[in-house]
Amino acid sequence: MTEGPLTLAEKIWSAHRVMTLESGAEVIAIDRLLLHERTGGVALKSLEEAGRTVMHPSRVFATMDHIVDTFPGRTDKTLMPTGTAFIVSTRESAKRHGITLFDIDDPRQGIVHVVSPEQGIILPGAILVCPDSHTCTQGAFGGLAWGIGSSEAEHVLATMTLRMNRPPDMRVTIDGVLGEGVTAKDLALHLIAALGSNGAKGHIIEFAGSAVRALDMEARMTLCNMATEMACAGAVIAPDDKTFDWLEGRPYAPKGEVREQAIAAWRALYSDDGAVFATEHRFDAAEVRPMVTWGNSPQHAAPLGAPVPADALSKADQQRAVEYMAVTPGEPVEGLPIDAAFIGSCTNSRISDLRRAAAILKGRKVAEGVKAICVPGSTQVKAAAEAEGLHEVFLDAGFEWREAGCSMCFFAGGESFAPEARVISSTNRNFESRQGPNTRTHLASPETVAASAIAGRIALVSEIAA
Amino acid sequence: MTPLVTLESRAVPLLRDNIDTDAIIPSREMRSVSKDGLADGLFAGWRYTAIGGREIDPAFVLNQPESKGAQILLGGSNFGCGSSREHAVWALAEYGFRVVIAPSFSPIFQGNCIRNGIAPIVLPREAVEAIAAGFADGTPVTIDMPSCEVRMGLAVFPFSMEDEARTMLIEGADAIELTLRHRAEIEGFFARDAAVRPWIYLAD
Ligand code: SF4
Repeated sequence: MTEGPLTLAEKIWSAHRVMTLESGAEVIAIDRLLLHERTGGVALKSLEEAGRTVMHPSRVFATMDHIVDTFPGRTDKTLMPTGTAFIVSTRESAKRHGITLFDIDDPRQGIVHVVSPEQGIILPGAILVCPDSHTCTQGAFGGLAWGIGSSEAEHVLATMTLRMNRPPDMRVTIDGVLGEGVTAKDLALHLIAALGSNGAKGHIIEFAGSAVRALDMEARMTLCNMATEMACAGAVIAPDDKTFDWLEGRPYAPKGEVREQAIAAWRALYSDDGAVFATEHRFDAAEVRPMVTWGNSPQHAAPLGAPVPADALSKADQQRAVEYMAVTPGEPVEGLPIDAAFIGSCTNSRISDLRRAAAILKGRKVAEGVKAICVPGSTQVKAAAEAEGLHEVFLDAGFEWREAGCSMCFFAGGESFAPEARVISSTNRNFESRQGPNTRTHLASPETVAASAIAGRIALVSEIAA
Repeated sequence: MTPLVTLESRAVPLLRDNIDTDAIIPSREMRSVSKDGLADGLFAGWRYTAIGGREIDPAFVLNQPESKGAQILLGGSNFGCGSSREHAVWALAEYGFRVVIAPSFSPIFQGNCIRNGIAPIVLPREAVEAIAAGFADGTPVTIDMPSCEVRMGLAVFPFSMEDEARTMLIEGADAIELTLRHRAEIEGFFARDAAVRPWIYLAD
């Protein structure tokens, strides 16, 4: 065993080390594997074709989120021409292998990174993987969680392990207090703008500091979710009472005596004083302002009202982004008229996100000509929102109110916004054509999305308050 | 998987930074629950004149006659960022690429490459640019996996790659098969761990 002070990630990693191979790589035990119909079906099919079986089906879960459409009354039919095949194939494979599936009509269905915490599948100290790049969202619970490829998923299905080297540690400490109306999404965009889209390459980021401890669990998930936009290998936040309380009573979380035993073990999950990180960054929460992106990378982000970099045209990637997004260097994107507003995705579609957006929308109307859509992250979130009457707020304001799923967080050949539509979006990626062919996506918090939908242009909440 | 020991080919330059997996294979091109049939959609947004179309855009480097049959692709930094879709690698492999050389890769993409018999080789930007400069006059590039070298004419560019990854590429090995040789150790670990962390082990 390693002596001396350890990082949180190191503690979790060493508790999962099965063996070290001659090459120096390690065989690491995986506690939980999640699948969705877009990439999971392929992994299961490929496993079957190789004549292999699932080693521990009880620790594998699947959901329908990426391709399934989000219109009321949905079925297996999708707008994506071949989408039904993905849905049916995933369902049949899950059944054959005894994998728990949150199917289309299941009250537990939803976006994989929303339903896993909801069901208590991710736990502190656990290692969870999923063939999806935003898996690091779940590191918010003090486990290690990261995205893998389909072949790696196949490897986990067959062996319940991965072969890999431990990624280096990075600590991002954020002290101080976030300003009024500044959210975890703004904090995430602030960090990405500062560190760059490659700023955490291959590292496991531990988010620490008083500002992180002050975030509630859903905000922590938003922060960890966006960490993948810095090319990290994973993100983690030390668990605390907020974590344990949030998990209490969740279907797959431990109960009774086992819960007590688990909590005792989870309390040891923190980076020791003096633990060494390969890289350290520090930020002051007070400096974070509401953010919006102007380009085609989440790192192309600036505070609302701040200009697009004046020299953007002299940098190759920025030049392309400026042209694609039809923005003007030296001028802010704030005030640009929008065609659409989207609230949803594994970044910002949980009940707290919907409550905050609804508080802004209440008694107001979406501007003429703006297509506004709200897609709850899970069927449970949708039900909870409806129990509080939030759906009526969205509908009265002129938002569509959908079934749970990824929806137009990304365009999979199904539904999309109009070509070149300017979209203010609570999602995580503003890549070219992400929300439909040639759409222009501006990432922001649900608050800013709601305010912009009302104003008909990219706007701060304070601009519509009256 | 076909072993990758040495290879000689032209290297197609596509030196943009942050080429994401959506650009490598747009999601609309991923139509079936399969690893095959993706080569046609590789870089579809750039290769064809219209979204969803199949009319060749002659300006795109992959459509130039010099690119025909090339097995090496040169990219910018953070190559393969974005969605973790393995289809990006399957599409590259099916198209015929065995090697991608870039100043840096997204970690998920890099892992996917190795599992699918493509060598993700990291070289400094200047080296990638030097190799790219040889494209126009058809200078072949040699990849030598055992000695960890990329060679072009008299120039030698050493690279490093984790042993495990390099061995898998050279042997064309299947990782699952290698791991299952340790099945006893794995089951032993789970049995011991179930006593320590019973909350992890749900009933099969
Ligand atoms: S909501 Fe968007 S980012 Fe999240 S898992 Fe779905 S497609 Fe991926």
